[in-house]
Amino acid sequence: MHEATIAHLAQSLKDRKVSSKELTKYFLERISRLDTSLNSFITVCEEEALAQADSADELLATGDATPLTGIPIAHKDIFCTEGVKTSCGSRILDNFISPYDATVVSKLKAAGAVMLGKTNMDEFAMGSSNETSFYGVVHNPWDTTRVPGGSSGGSAAAVAAQLVSGATGTDTGGSIRQPAALTGITGLKPTYGRVSRYGMVAFASSLDQAGTLTKTAEDSALMLQAMAGADERDSTSLSAIVPDFSKAQKSAWENITIGVPDNFFDDSLDTKNAQLVKEALSVFEKLGARIKDIHLKHIHLSVPVYYVVAPAEASSNLSRFDGVRFGHRSEHAENLTEFYMKTRGEGFGSEVKRRILTGTYVLSAGYYDAYYLQAQKVRQLISQDFAEAFKTVDVIAGPTTPTPAFRIGQKTDDPIQMYLNDMYTIGAPLAGLPALSMPCGFINNLPVGLQLTGPHLSEEKLLKAGYYYQQETDWHNFVPPGYEA
Amino acid sequence: MAWEIVIGLEIHTQLATKSKIFSGSPTQYGATPNSQASLVDLGYPGVLPVLNQSVVHMAIKFGLATDCEISRRSVFARKNYFYPDLPKGYQISQYELPIVHSGHLDIVLDDGNIKTIGITRAHLEEDAGKSLHEDFQGLSGIDLNRTGTPLLEIVSEPDLRSAEEAGTYMRSIHKLVRYLGISDGNMQEGSFRCDANVSIRKKGDKKLGTRTELKNLNSFRFVEKAIRVEVERQIDLLEDGGKITQETRLYDADKNETRPMRSKEEANDYRYFPDPDLLPVIINDELIENVRAELPELPNARTKRLIRDHGISDSMAEELTSSPAIADYFEEATKNTPHVPAKRIGNLIQRELSAALNREGLSIEGSKISPSMIGKLAQKIEDNTVSASAASTVFDEIWKTGGSSNVDSIIEKHGLKQITDMHTIEAMVDDVIINNPEQIIQFKNGKEKVIGFLVGQVMKESKGKANPQNVNQILRSKLSSS
Repeated sequence: MHEATIAHLAQSLKDRKVSSKELTKYFLERISRLDTSLNSFITVCEEEALAQADSADELLATGDATPLTGIPIAHKDIFCTEGVKTSCGSRILDNFISPYDATVVSKLKAAGAVMLGKTNMDEFAMGSSNETSFYGVVHNPWDTTRVPGGSSGGSAAAVAAQLVSGATGTDTGGSIRQPAALTGITGLKPTYGRVSRYGMVAFASSLDQAGTLTKTAEDSALMLQAMAGADERDSTSLSAIVPDFSKAQKSAWENITIGVPDNFFDDSLDTKNAQLVKEALSVFEKLGARIKDIHLKHIHLSVPVYYVVAPAEASSNLSRFDGVRFGHRSEHAENLTEFYMKTRGEGFGSEVKRRILTGTYVLSAGYYDAYYLQAQKVRQLISQDFAEAFKTVDVIAGPTTPTPAFRIGQKTDDPIQMYLNDMYTIGAPLAGLPALSMPCGFINNLPVGLQLTGPHLSEEKLLKAGYYYQQETDWHNFVPPGYEA
Repeated sequence: MAWEIVIGLEIHTQLATKSKIFSGSPTQYGATPNSQASLVDLGYPGVLPVLNQSVVHMAIKFGLATDCEISRRSVFARKNYFYPDLPKGYQISQYELPIVHSGHLDIVLDDGNIKTIGITRAHLEEDAGKSLHEDFQGLSGIDLNRTGTPLLEIVSEPDLRSAEEAGTYMRSIHKLVRYLGISDGNMQEGSFRCDANVSIRKKGDKKLGTRTELKNLNSFRFVEKAIRVEVERQIDLLEDGGKITQETRLYDADKNETRPMRSKEEANDYRYFPDPDLLPVIINDELIENVRAELPELPNARTKRLIRDHGISDSMAEELTSSPAIADYFEEATKNTPHVPAKRIGNLIQRELSAALNREGLSIEGSKISPSMIGKLAQKIEDNTVSASAASTVFDEIWKTGGSSNVDSIIEKHGLKQITDMHTIEAMVDDVIINNPEQIIQFKNGKEKVIGFLVGQVMKESKGKANPQNVNQILRSKLSSS
């Protein structure tokens, strides 16, 4: 049952071969049995999940169900969930019970999805390995001595180990696609503004975007369908009409042109990884796609640009965690300044502190022009390069990460090496573009990902390319050893 | 040495919206602490601001009324600093691109001359909450009801040259925002606050002197007093060979002095940057024209019109247009009284009505006497039915009945009809002459002023019903013939 995709489970639920309650109990049992070795969940909501499953079964009985009704999912712990702890992987929110649901959460609730719990993540989504969480490291189910990637590492590990059939994630510089690649699943970061940010704890507001972690592109379409759309509570959400993603992705294949940037195949890329990506491209060629070499002139600047813009916004976004109204509050302060320093000093971990400091620095008087403003200008150039490329190609393909999953602790002492893990994924959020990562093979039993990036609002195209690729390949069907049953 | 005073004002006007600038919470004043603070106002994790479009209309209105350029694209920025009553740790304001800029306003100086004051910019921002340091035994209370209340910060050029000019400018802006209906201007409730940038320089110097910023001046009187005392301090300092430090100073009204709050070195680095949660505010021609069509008659234009149409003095026109409601009341009262000089109506409003309103702490909207009644009363003075002092009694009597009685019946009931019968007046004059021999001698010795006292005595005798002009006339003729 756990090997089934959302699409299969939805059919079984609809045909009443299984009830949502049975499914929910089944997955809850897997979590309690298997998650001890992974640490992918921060909170498991057994009671709430069972109650939601009962309501879902009622809906299924009346026939008013959506494809997600009764499907067990999990939310990254960055999404506010009413009455349930929302920690964002941080000590500073360890005692925070959200009084409201994020738009993503309420939309999935309305679609009938059953929330099994909240998944582990890098603290405030700052990390590429899930090692910065206050709740401990998450282990990669393919090799528990390795990282699952981050920051949506809990969601990725849980879906890969089949503890849940799909999960939400957020992507600021690669936080959905990179862990999806390192755990062998499908991750979609939609266009900036396609999904509401309301109720998603902000890291870098101009980059943050909610998306999906699922086994297949078919499932991504089902989840995105429920999540996407304009939200009057988020001014940056897009008013564009939400198409029927499932229908669009299964429509007849049209020959597309796939651009392959030479920049993505440089020395940083593991040669075997490069080989697997090339093989994936040949699958598309067999489908009839045309492959075109392209060059993105400024993409090599995306990591430095990102590490100016994202910390700048984060330094301001994280100011509200001051201990005054919610969250951790230091008991040892004698005056106001000390109150702030101790509360935040105790509440935040070292990576978060590093980024707050960096961000504060690049926004300060005298440095703003040289760093923040300069970075925004280069960001524009990176966007223009993409826009230029999309005049001649439909999607851009390349590796998601330079290497498969690295060992826990391997890069924790070298932030620059850690940051470079996102070198292929950072471009899309800087330009606000949608991008999809899906498994395209293994190196030493560790999965690697193929990344497809499209123009604004081209989720249909990406999901269709993903769907057709997964009809031709079976990399997405592999299950990590030890989690088969 | 001759010093020139240079002043620029930053006026914070609370915009009269029903809900806050970035949330749906009400903005009503005086509610139970923290009862008007939503999750957005509280800066909870994950919440986002959404712009209340009505503040854009209001800012455009102000911009059009002051000949400002309306920015086709303006941007909200974050001003970052930590304070317990600032929930997000930043204030959303406008920094590099304000919504309106480069305008001006004409003010009427005390000598009647007109001076044009430049308006650098006006930008939209949210207010912070309130910290309450009393009543909590060593702790601080935070009330976030005011958090997110919309403000328009109006920044003037350093064109003001005296405390009086600054006061006049502030009053003119106050009048303007109330005319435009964009603010209630209530200073007790903090809806209209002001900071003043003050510097001095030697007469003839082109370069500006080092300025200090005086914070939170919440009455017209305090603005003038604070500037005066700060200018004195600066002059004393420079004349003693000292230097002005650029700093923020707080005015202490009790001690009538200013004292430093924080210097430039200690000043926060606010790390302004565009707020990524809000889209730029885009304003097109159509919106500007729609707002232009809604513009009411502006105070300066209305003052001029009242002088022209009603033949009243500049100062009366100025006072009657101090608020649109008073000017409306005045114009309503003059409607059905074509033969009464408008000045009589103006006098009744400025004296009787304003005294009655002050006494009961009411605004003109709460007047118990309708404009048409005031018109009728003025008519009765004009046609000599009642004297001006009897009119005052009539006014008070009508007020007492809450406006339910009418002018004629009050005059009838209280016998207030003016005495025009000369014989009756003569008899009263004779009585007064007999009873005040001392004053009569004084008058005859050339002390002209005594006549006023004697007229007063006759009026008192007549219970205000005699016509004072007749009394004066009869008294003079009797005194000169005897």
